[in-house]
Amino acid sequence: MSAALKLDTAEPRRSVALEVRGVSHAFDLGGKQLPVLDNIDLSVAPGEFVALLGPSGCGKSTLLRLIAGLEPPASGDLLEDGVPITTPDPSRILVFQDPTLFPWRTVWKNVAIGLEARGLLPAQKQRVADALALVRLGEFANAYPHQLSGGMAQRAALARALVNDPHLLLLDEPLGKLDSLTRLAMQNELLSLWQKVGFTALLVTHDVEEALLLADRVIVLSDRPARIIAEFRVDKPQPRRRDDPDLVHLRQTVLATLGPIHD
Amino acid sequence: MSDAVQGDAARGATRALAPLSTGWGAIWRDGLIAAAAWFVAAVVTVASPDVVPWGSTQLWAELLAGGAAILLVAAFAVQRLGKVGRVLAHYGPWLVALGVVFAVWEVATAKTGWLPKPFFSPPQGLLHVYLVDTKRLVYCVLFSLRLWAYGFGSGIVAGFLIGVALGWSKRFAYWGMPILKLIGPVPATAWIPISFFVLPTTFAASIFLVALASGIPVAILTASGVASVNRAFYDVARTLGARERFLVWKVAVPGSLPHVFVGLFMGLYYSFAVLVVAEMLGAKYGLGWYLAFQTGYSAYANVYATLVIMALLCSGLVKLLFVTRDRLLAWQKGII
Repeated sequence: MSAALKLDTAEPRRSVALEVRGVSHAFDLGGKQLPVLDNIDLSVAPGEFVALLGPSGCGKSTLLRLIAGLEPPASGDLLEDGVPITTPDPSRILVFQDPTLFPWRTVWKNVAIGLEARGLLPAQKQRVADALALVRLGEFANAYPHQLSGGMAQRAALARALVNDPHLLLLDEPLGKLDSLTRLAMQNELLSLWQKVGFTALLVTHDVEEALLLADRVIVLSDRPARIIAEFRVDKPQPRRRDDPDLVHLRQTVLATLGPIHD
Repeated sequence: MSDAVQGDAARGATRALAPLSTGWGAIWRDGLIAAAAWFVAAVVTVASPDVVPWGSTQLWAELLAGGAAILLVAAFAVQRLGKVGRVLAHYGPWLVALGVVFAVWEVATAKTGWLPKPFFSPPQGLLHVYLVDTKRLVYCVLFSLRLWAYGFGSGIVAGFLIGVALGWSKRFAYWGMPILKLIGPVPATAWIPISFFVLPTTFAASIFLVALASGIPVAILTASGVASVNRAFYDVARTLGARERFLVWKVAVPGSLPHVFVGLFMGLYYSFAVLVVAEMLGAKYGLGWYLAFQTGYSAYANVYATLVIMALLCSGLVKLLFVTRDRLLAWQKGII
């Protein structure tokens, strides 16, 4: 890791507060309104790691898309440090379940795309190498995405997000498609990146254990249209152990909250 | 439209050479047989007189003998020739077949007259055309190439830009797509009468026709390519701070290139077809004109000679497009 990112990580305030106020949203399916979000209220403190847990298809991903600014909500307000979110911005970056690396770009060029799009690349080339080093992909800079394993591709996607120095990282089941061993490794990876870089993180997952291992707070959503039905604070210092009796107990409670709708 | 031949060359060569290195050193057996076949063809050519004189018979025999000599040398030196040797070895059976074809062709036309003049020509007939009519043929090749370059070049640039606009802008697609769907299936040759009438010169009309023929498939496939780029790529780019210009040129265009190249190949084939027809009808030079002109004089040897040139020219251009595609779409290796 080199100067640019080191400097950034040393800085204490690189994260933002997120405020979601009374957000509802619906999809238009051939003239029929399909409600997906129902009056969501959510506050995330700067530097906090919050997990959104809910049955698949409940609207978690939609909430992230709204926060990313890719779509405006049907009603309600989204605020980043008190400022309304209207458009996508590189300070808030969404990492998808699929790595969605651009197949025609090398890993280096994929990671560089955010800087390139904003015309910062000539001055900040070093950041690309730093981000690649951060996710231990330095040696694969010139590889094409199809040459990477699933875990490596997802790490590259993380590097592509982190190179922009995001203050808020929106993670849409980023580990959902990885095999279980890679998944465990990537959970630790994600955690150490969060601790090192210090962004605010909002993780969508349907894996209760993953939520309890990583997050400061776990928010449970109902089936569609999604409402917040429960909130759990995980008061355990990192690193956490999967077999920690408190976490095992908490896991039972969370699963009970999700109830039979959890699939 | 696969072009795997070159890639297989190395593997084929090792197979062709393998059994020989066991016997009396590394001798290329197919090369020896090919040399023999070419030598026989040379002997057949000079052994008896032509039924009707064709000219250049002696020179053709010398060329065949020269080829046979080169093949004979290559048969013993093939392992020292490196890459050239491997390619030669790969095409060994083809070289044998060529020698046989030359011999049979010679007998069937010049020596027996089974395939009579003027409708058929022996190989020396073609050779004679190249020697006698060199200047005019070179002119015609250059004329055709110039017309093709103007027409194909402008056609694919326009087709590509229109395709990007159609695939990107909903409003442009609303107006443009029905027109393209209506006009697209009309063969470009159907526009010949009107374009010769409307446009000031036949050269301009020919350029327009070639451009139309090559531009339409490029436009259609570029549009479908741009429209079929994974939506998630746009979302990713937008969250990373990309504006519309960037989304078009750095996401939509590279993402649609595989489609664009399908359109380019289609356009390339159409452009040849229209080029020749346009030249036959309205040009004063060019290979299409030469074909029509020589057919009028029943000079079929000239026609065959021109067809050979066209085959080499067109397949050369196709090859060039393959090379370009493989360079630009190298990232696809392992995906498709």
